[in-house]
Amino acid sequence: MREERFFEPEGTVGCAGNVCKSEQAFSSPEKSDVSCIDQSIELAGVALKNPVAVASGAFGFGREYGQFFDLSELGAICCKGLTLHARQGNPPPRIAETPLGILNSVGLQNPGIDVFIQHELPSLRQHDVAIIANISGNTPEEYGIMCEKLSESGVDLIEVNISCPNVKAGGLAYGTRPELAAEVTKIAKNHATVPVMVKLSPNVTDITEIAQAVADAGADALSLINTLRGMRIDVSTRRPILKMNTGGLSGPAVLPVAVRMVWEVANAVSLPILGMGGVSRGEDAAQLMLAGASAVAVGTALFTDPYAPLKVRDGLAEIAAQQGLSSVRALTGGVRPW
Amino acid sequence: MTQLDADTWWMVLDVGRLVLKHGLCGGQFLHIKCGDGQLLRRPISVARTQWDEPEDTAALIFEIRGEGTRWLSQRKVGDKLDVLGPLGNGFDVAQEGRYLLVGGGIGVPPLMEIGELLKWPRTAVLGFRTKAKAFPAIVSRFEEHCEQTYICTDDGTLGRHGFVDGQVRDILARGNNFTSVLACGPKPMLKNVAKAAAEFGVPCQVSMEERMACGVGACLGCAVRMKDGTMKHVCKDGPVFDAGEVDWDA
Repeated sequence: MREERFFEPEGTVGCAGNVCKSEQAFSSPEKSDVSCIDQSIELAGVALKNPVAVASGAFGFGREYGQFFDLSELGAICCKGLTLHARQGNPPPRIAETPLGILNSVGLQNPGIDVFIQHELPSLRQHDVAIIANISGNTPEEYGIMCEKLSESGVDLIEVNISCPNVKAGGLAYGTRPELAAEVTKIAKNHATVPVMVKLSPNVTDITEIAQAVADAGADALSLINTLRGMRIDVSTRRPILKMNTGGLSGPAVLPVAVRMVWEVANAVSLPILGMGGVSRGEDAAQLMLAGASAVAVGTALFTDPYAPLKVRDGLAEIAAQQGLSSVRALTGGVRPW
Repeated sequence: MTQLDADTWWMVLDVGRLVLKHGLCGGQFLHIKCGDGQLLRRPISVARTQWDEPEDTAALIFEIRGEGTRWLSQRKVGDKLDVLGPLGNGFDVAQEGRYLLVGGGIGVPPLMEIGELLKWPRTAVLGFRTKAKAFPAIVSRFEEHCEQTYICTDDGTLGRHGFVDGQVRDILARGNNFTSVLACGPKPMLKNVAKAAAEFGVPCQVSMEERMACGVGACLGCAVRMKDGTMKHVCKDGPVFDAGEVDWDA
């Protein structure tokens, strides 16, 4: 029997029969008054109560982290990537830790879009939070079918993944070639009745080229960045840690790449941006927003701290308060480049 | 903190009411943040729980495998840890069952609680690389509570020379109407023990390891392939699996 899980922030190291304890020293720094800060934002016409989402693939369908906090606290949930049919994903090992990052090669393991709509969406819908479905297709037609099904199901927004680096068929190919990215975007737009956000790959020479193509094809928003392709090798065995040899890098290590790419894309197109990549603190989120993001998503930081999205949200509001802003959205695009 | 050898530590953690209130038991794991330099928590198996006043305790016996566990080994009495748990499912046992416990190396400690707390006689087969790794502090706990305890070492420096599955076969061949074999250790050992149990038609549960990220079932990182082609996950579905369901050739 699995019991209720909870986060136990302290455990004291001891020796059997001789347990010593130190005074608890969790003091919170002086906080600015954030109660008067307007945290609401709008992403492609969808109202979010705050600009902090959780990133696709890090949060499943909300069941697990829903044991730690009320999902209604979040601005939005980007659900685990869906495909038309169930996928078992890649063979393990699927995870490798790297300096301030992790590589993953999960490979879009998911129960398929119909199972999501029937068994996961209804419980997600019980929370007051925007639901963003993330989809990957093997063909442009599959994207169309999924967009129709999801629009009928009542998700708030569809995130079109054209950039997952783990799937041989489709995936990266769509995300790295402007004409294919545009084709997928057009088909998604033709079949969706809810806003379509296209998730861009950082594994390209010029991300603005793809962003422009996707914008011209009618996308309502962009999300970036997906993971960066990487590799880690066990020197003693000379084997890559990941069974797929390579995987996608995420975590604090990729934050500067994300900030740079959000800034470039924000300068190139006028679409709203959901920025992500290594966000684990309010300051990280503020950087992405200053670079041009309307909202941010937290992913890998969840694995260190399940409460990371809420801390990012509060940290962001505090930064806005410290800077004398009346709303968090006033940060968007506020960078002052040299 | 007790050091068993250069790489192996025995840590007793005050865990509030995790045992009494949240049902933490041996064979489950705690997901421990190991300093600010490590992004991912480290899943550490629980060897033995106690529900003493003023706080419940959990004994963790772990090996230094990298920077995270090295950091953990350097904690001092009184330090506080950031711990997520209880996580995972331990062995599925009934008080009145006859169990054959099979542990290998650092896979021995997660069997300790079952070895000590069950009512009916248990038999234990404990495998180690060499005599120096067969820590008396651990082995004696099994010898004290189990009806029979067999030691195997890879190099023959203590007990039977060879891997545990040979000993397991000999025991099962004698028959003892075991309810189940409960095994924890490296994957090749588990595979061989599962095979031996299957040969004698005895059910077998195995506790498995995989590289893990979230620890709660969200990221789908720690996958184990099942015979039917589906994936299960060590953190949420395991770490204990029915050996008959696991695809040992994956």
